[in-house]
Amino acid sequence: MGKRDTINALVKRGVSEEDASRLADKGYTLDKVKRAGYEELEAVLGGNTKAVAEIFGIQIKEKEPRGERKKEKKEKATKKPELTSEKEHLGEQDVRNKAEVFAEGKLPPKVIDKIAKALADKNVNDRIIEKVVKETLKEYERARVDAGEAVGIIAAQSIGEPGTQMTMRTFHYAGVAEINVTLGLPRLIEIFDARRKPATPMTTIYLEEDIRHNAEAAKSIASQIEVTTLIDIADLGIDVINMHVNIIPKLRRMKDRGIDVETILIRVKKIKGIEAKMEGDTIVVSLAQPSYLKLQSLIDTLRDLKIKGIDGINRVIVRSENEGFVLYTEGSNFKEIMQIDGIDKTRTVTNDIEEMYEVLGIEGARNTIINEAYSTLREQGLVVDMRHIMLVADLMTCDGDIRAVGRHGIAGEKPSVLARAAFELTVDHLLEAGIKGSVDELKGVSENIVVGKPINLGTGGVKLIFKGK
Amino acid sequence: MEETRWPGVRIPPGPLKGRKKMEVRKHVLVPPHELMSEAEVDELLARYGITKKELPRINMNDPAIKDLGAKSGDVIKIKRTSPISGISYYYRVVIEE
Repeated sequence: MGKRDTINALVKRGVSEEDASRLADKGYTLDKVKRAGYEELEAVLGGNTKAVAEIFGIQIKEKEPRGERKKEKKEKATKKPELTSEKEHLGEQDVRNKAEVFAEGKLPPKVIDKIAKALADKNVNDRIIEKVVKETLKEYERARVDAGEAVGIIAAQSIGEPGTQMTMRTFHYAGVAEINVTLGLPRLIEIFDARRKPATPMTTIYLEEDIRHNAEAAKSIASQIEVTTLIDIADLGIDVINMHVNIIPKLRRMKDRGIDVETILIRVKKIKGIEAKMEGDTIVVSLAQPSYLKLQSLIDTLRDLKIKGIDGINRVIVRSENEGFVLYTEGSNFKEIMQIDGIDKTRTVTNDIEEMYEVLGIEGARNTIINEAYSTLREQGLVVDMRHIMLVADLMTCDGDIRAVGRHGIAGEKPSVLARAAFELTVDHLLEAGIKGSVDELKGVSENIVVGKPINLGTGGVKLIFKGK
Repeated sequence: MEETRWPGVRIPPGPLKGRKKMEVRKHVLVPPHELMSEAEVDELLARYGITKKELPRINMNDPAIKDLGAKSGDVIKIKRTSPISGISYYYRVVIEE
């Protein structure tokens, strides 16, 4: 576009002829003017800049009241998301929105958040934000794991090496007085082997907010959970003369646990082949054809009769912690515990991964695996990057249910015969493959090492293709 | 609900079974699960260049997706939050057990 045309075009848009020719003299074309910043124009036009800038919608840089500027910005944002070269103090949300546009979905939300936090209320413009995002993207790409990297091996080594430093056999009182929890290597093996029942199941029960600081309420909930058998709250005795069994309730203990005599009577009556009735303070249990032996076995039955509580919970300990009272149980029955009123159903957890899977689903199980493995390592003073554990947990749960890591799970389900044979039970796998006539596709790592071919990983993962002329 | 001598404390009467259901999806260890539409699934598979078979799986009667009404073959989008990556999305295809 010639100089003349530029002047004409500018005049047409309402710029005075004097300004237009000045701009054209400086080598500005119509497009360039549109894109120019206010300062740039000011250098050429001086006092007349404002009029020109208004015509082209260039943001005017003048001290204005904040409210008005904000309004203008909003208007602009809805009109066109053009690059502003004007520096301004943007809020965190504005920076985040802009950064998201520049990142084109290549940066995770957390990184964008960090950029937004760093640039918020700093004197920035779009170009600066774009530059920051581009640089971040470069660093992010560099920090990412390369394609073809053997992340599984790295995870295995990163968990395995600290594992060698763990105490082989630790039974510890982990923070919780009196409750015995398996820790150290045995626990780690338990987690990764996906055992059905941990050796020492334990539930951590948090209470709802309104009763968190109420000792009486905590005790009452504890008494609902803890299994109370008849022997805990009553004395049992054989009346040899009348040939029946006497149950003498211990009233004080019953009061502590919130049980009355009626409840005991109802429970006792449920036993088949006996008759029970109240006689004063004692419950008399009689048999149709009593013998001393029968009475003795009846006592054994009565002794272990469950009056109250949840199956599997042998003991409940109430502890006062920073946030209030927290209940710890020896034994676990997550499903039943989660039905009890007054407990915080959003935070109560058990260390039994299988139970977590049944109640909360696969994602809940995954998080439990991560938390348990991480805290087990942590407790021994070993710091393992959480990403290694997350990878293992993801692999354990990617099938929709929990798979063990070892030969009964992930390693045992490998499709390749040679890979399985290279791991454990070599002869068994080869024999079975021979009988079945299995085919090995040689796609994995171990099987290719066995036959002496380059593996499909790292530099071996790159193939050259020759494109002829 | 039984009145107790402690204000604000509710202790349910009787045996513990059959009480109101807990809401699994509110638990801190359960990230939000969401059913994806056909279009979203197509976009996802195209983005990663994979088929549905290659996605991680989730059982149809997983407690976390029970009330989503997911059928076999649907894809669930899971919004995970972790201290390392902040928010990230994970996808699982629904399978029959």
